[in-house]
Amino acid sequence: MSRTRQVRPKAKNEIAKCPTGIFGLDEITEGGLPKGRPTLICGAAGCGKTILAMEFLARGVTEFDEPGVFMAFEETGPELIKNVASMGFDLPSMVARKKLVLDHVRVERSEIEETGEYDLEGLFIRLSSAIDAIGAKRVVLDTIESLFSGFSNTNILRAELRRLFAWLKQRGVSAVITAETGDGRITRNGIEEYVADCVILLDHRVEDQSSIRRLRVVKYRGTMHGTNEYPFLIGQTGLSVLPLSSLKLEHKALAERISTGVPRLDTMLGGKGFYRGTSILVSGVAGTGKSSLAAHFVQAACARGERALYMASEQSTNEVIRNMRSIGIDLESWIKRGLLRFYAARPGTFGLEKHLVTIHDLTMGFDPRVVVIDPITNFGSVGTYTEVKSMVTRLIDMFKSQEITAMFTSLTSGDSNPEQSEVGVSSQMDAWLLLRNLECNGERNRGLYVLKSRGMAHSNQIREFLLTDHGIQLRDVYLGPAGLLTGSARAAQEAKERAESIERRQQALRKAFELKQKRQQLEAEIAKMRADFALMEHRSLRDARELESQEKQILMDRGEMARIRKADLVQAHGNGRA
Amino acid sequence: MIKVRTKRQKIQSRRVRAPRKAWNLRLYIAGDTSRSLAALTNLQKICDEHLPGRYHVEVVDLLKNPQLAAGDQIVAVPTLVRRLPPPLKKIIGDLSNWQRVLVGLDLRPGKVSQ
Repeated sequence: MSRTRQVRPKAKNEIAKCPTGIFGLDEITEGGLPKGRPTLICGAAGCGKTILAMEFLARGVTEFDEPGVFMAFEETGPELIKNVASMGFDLPSMVARKKLVLDHVRVERSEIEETGEYDLEGLFIRLSSAIDAIGAKRVVLDTIESLFSGFSNTNILRAELRRLFAWLKQRGVSAVITAETGDGRITRNGIEEYVADCVILLDHRVEDQSSIRRLRVVKYRGTMHGTNEYPFLIGQTGLSVLPLSSLKLEHKALAERISTGVPRLDTMLGGKGFYRGTSILVSGVAGTGKSSLAAHFVQAACARGERALYMASEQSTNEVIRNMRSIGIDLESWIKRGLLRFYAARPGTFGLEKHLVTIHDLTMGFDPRVVVIDPITNFGSVGTYTEVKSMVTRLIDMFKSQEITAMFTSLTSGDSNPEQSEVGVSSQMDAWLLLRNLECNGERNRGLYVLKSRGMAHSNQIREFLLTDHGIQLRDVYLGPAGLLTGSARAAQEAKERAESIERRQQALRKAFELKQKRQQLEAEIAKMRADFALMEHRSLRDARELESQEKQILMDRGEMARIRKADLVQAHGNGRA
Repeated sequence: MIKVRTKRQKIQSRRVRAPRKAWNLRLYIAGDTSRSLAALTNLQKICDEHLPGRYHVEVVDLLKNPQLAAGDQIVAVPTLVRRLPPPLKKIIGDLSNWQRVLVGLDLRPGKVSQ
């Protein structure tokens, strides 16, 4: 089980600190309790002082390799072991390995008769031998009030306490002393006078039928510390202090993007989906499909091999599984593979604190990368608006510090403007998807749009949101003369556009055909003209040859005739010569 | 461990009847301080007066044997523990207030002790 601990590096001239390992406490005290000095933890009965003290020691052994001594004045060794066994601390093995000493000191007034001067050297001796036996660096005295109820001579007691704390400081052990709060004073017997280095007050109240535990660092000499009252929980892993707002908002900003589970939605969100480690709000009126969207998100996470936690506050696990199967999502297979866990409980079963503890314990134990809380608005039935808002803030902080991407669904009422009712919670969310009902033409269809998404360019268009057998489908929405066209009107529009495009194509085909025909015609004409020309050419050639041959013939005939006529004339001409 | 053995006194006090059982007392101290010595002296005197010949006192110095403090749940010092006869009784202080010591040991003068 990994926990991120955000511990600030030690500033100069600050006193040395001893980390407790308790979730959130090291953060508030900026490093832990004062090293080598006593710390006073006070609170009424049942506040969790013993648990805090025991966790301080146990984690000291397991996480920081510092052996510890627990001097218990109220509970016996076996009782202590049993009480913290459920938190996973195996005290007997620590004792066996000589890392822990559990010493029960019984101080019973009825057994004791005081007859003169005495001191508490016996306690010192026992403490000393216990510390020396294992080389302890941490000591717990729980609870110092028992000394006051056992011994009646307060003068001696006070003197000895002063001596004790000086002795503890001198031994260099980091000590935790528990005490009970008194009316008007921090502790009933004024022990805070002696333990002046660090005082932490634990408070346990019941307000509006829900129990609230708070912790406050009243005093911490020599260092900066958070001075507010911080809520804390006692869960299965021990104490967890949840700062209301992380003191310095030092969450890392991750650059990785994860899919929403609906591909078209990923493209609407800058092409890649949500940033990892962010918080997402999905709001809408009843029946708009918020849970379905959440189921897609969870399925996408499981498909990537990441663990997911689904917190359902309205439906039982089986109901969710069955409903999601109808849109083609099989959540059961992920559960079987151990990648998906459900936590289904109506808010009214417990108070807000208990829910917070359970979610916290589940998150720490199961270590999911993705969490869905569906819906968050149900908690309004067990808390006031401010309480629910502060719970959501704490949840967001818890998830962000663990780099978990969280999706919260929220039911809005149909009458008011959906964007207005979420003002308190939505400002803390990094992304906000709104699901709306779009009414037109006597139909109701669902629309989705991305209202905000920090850190990325997102689409500003409404998409029609369909729940089909194969999951969520997003379709483009058309703008008609009367507004958005969705549902059947969209289908009609799509059909019309399809018909138009077919018509255009056909027209193009027709034109092409016409062109071809014309060409053919033209070619035919050209061919005919050529043929005519060829014929003409042939004829004229023939004529020319004929004429030529006629000419020749005439010449030959003339010559012949002249020969026959003894062509004297010609010879005469010739004789002239001869 | 320093064991202080007493001389068994043959003189029996008229007021106190001879007991059937012996008293077993343990005094826890922390080093040789004036308080420890005072406690020891006082104890000796009380025992000699009220439990002559019937007591057995062990003195445990916790500085030498710190582990013995846990057994009898010793927090204050000096502490006198009445181990026998039962029930267990603890008396803290230097035992200078004899009345309270006697009350604490359940050993009021004149009372029949077992």
